[in-house]
Amino acid sequence: MTPYTFFILAMFVGREVLSKVPQTLHTPLMSGSNAISGITIIGALVSAGMVGGGWAKWLGVAALIAATINVVGGFMVTGRMLEMFKKKAED
Amino acid sequence: MPPGLIEGIYLFSAILFIAGLKRLQSPVTARTGNQIAALGMLIAVIATLFSQKILTPVEMIGGLAVGGLIGAVMAKRVQMTAMPELVAAFNGFGGLASALVAAAEIVRMVLSQETSIEVTPSAFPYVSILVGMVTFSGSLIAFLKLSGNMTGNPLEFPGRYTVLIIGTALIIASIVWIFFGGDLILCLLVLAALAFIFGILIVLPIGGADMPVIVAFLNALSGLAAAATGFVLSNSVLIISGALVGASGMMLTNTMCVAMNRKFWQIMVGGFGGDSQEEGAGKLADGRTITSTTPDDTAIMLSYARKVIIVPGYGLAVAQAQHQVRELADVLQEKGVEVKYAVHPVAGRMPGHMNVLLAEANVPYDSLFEMDEINHEFESTDVVLVIGANDVVNPAARHDRSSPIYGMPILNVDQARAVVFLKRSMRPGYSGVPNLLFFEPNTRMLFGDAKDSVSELITEVKAV
Repeated sequence: MTPYTFFILAMFVGREVLSKVPQTLHTPLMSGSNAISGITIIGALVSAGMVGGGWAKWLGVAALIAATINVVGGFMVTGRMLEMFKKKAED
Repeated sequence: MPPGLIEGIYLFSAILFIAGLKRLQSPVTARTGNQIAALGMLIAVIATLFSQKILTPVEMIGGLAVGGLIGAVMAKRVQMTAMPELVAAFNGFGGLASALVAAAEIVRMVLSQETSIEVTPSAFPYVSILVGMVTFSGSLIAFLKLSGNMTGNPLEFPGRYTVLIIGTALIIASIVWIFFGGDLILCLLVLAALAFIFGILIVLPIGGADMPVIVAFLNALSGLAAAATGFVLSNSVLIISGALVGASGMMLTNTMCVAMNRKFWQIMVGGFGGDSQEEGAGKLADGRTITSTTPDDTAIMLSYARKVIIVPGYGLAVAQAQHQVRELADVLQEKGVEVKYAVHPVAGRMPGHMNVLLAEANVPYDSLFEMDEINHEFESTDVVLVIGANDVVNPAARHDRSSPIYGMPILNVDQARAVVFLKRSMRPGYSGVPNLLFFEPNTRMLFGDAKDSVSELITEVKAV
């Protein structure tokens, strides 16, 4: 499969799966999916680990910090929010 | 680690992301969904660390530690009322990270060129920088606006379109230049700077009422930036995850546009709705006036009602009155009053804003209703309590063709037997449109800070 196939297919899967998310969960959906977009962290790790890449490495380190803020903060805050969504019976 | 294995692990992570997102379809399964997605991320990071053999432990582990610490502190400290700006900030970090990775890739390409390896220039890293930087600076402005460090009013200046057109031309020119042997690093810097300015120019003219759309749009961009970086590194998990997030953000953007009956381009043109400082008139040209009321009168109305619907809006978030509102609902329910909440899709500053606030105050999610579910119930409702909402209940949207909000689906609160508006003043809503509902004979205005008013209501209802 070419990268384009992956891209189009994933967009389609995303639309199918996420259009059924209720309005109540739209904020957690945004912050949770945003944490997933922090997957750039993998690219950042590779860049930060470059030996002999000169100052490219430091761009990688900066990317790594930004991506990790995105990932850790995003998942944690989504967890915090979802913790609060309760049904009557669970009170 | 063999390349096949790491590919397999990345694919597994992508599957966990999809499985996790699917669980967001219900509040019951959503928590485990988030944990599954986080696990997918952890697996991908650990696998990458191993496959890279941790060549630069200080930079790699240090970067993870610093970023993780900052992210954790931000997530722990944030007040639920500050959620819109936090989401905007995280979007921005994601975009910045994608742009930086692409930049590092370009620098690496240039350096390997110097050591005689011929590389074919590719447009992908530049697209990634473009999308990533627009996400970054756009989110930065959204963050400043949402956190109140910058006015929520649309900021427009003459010549914005000229700047945008010249900017677009320069961006195209610099990408074309790459293929004609232009200096790769110089192109990088020019593009990054242009994209940064672009992001600012796009978000500056967006007014408060349109913020939910722009927050959702920036969310989509942060995903597309990650996908673009995936194309740069030919990494499938980045492409898949980025596309998923892109799809999610676009779906939300579209939902928000439909809920306002506005086209996306109309919102991007901007200039719609800000914090109006003008005091609206208490009297219409035809002599109709508003009727204000007191907490004790409202408390009597509420106590003797069979059914009450609460309509929350951005004003509730500003006053941080969510806990008081929940308490009022509890007190009323003890008296046998049926209490429901009606949430308009664009109430607040981001998709689902009101739901998160009320969830924080322990309002069970099954007493929150979406517009389509509850709109037929207003006819049979005795009292509607509108707390800090305005445009989403303005009947002008239904019949006034000249109104800027004409055609926007609204909550039919005017069909209820009585409506009480909790408002600070007669200031119009974010659309700047006066609300004729204020002047209806069955409408009462309860002026004051929402938190104070609701607290007084609780005391009075208890005393009835």
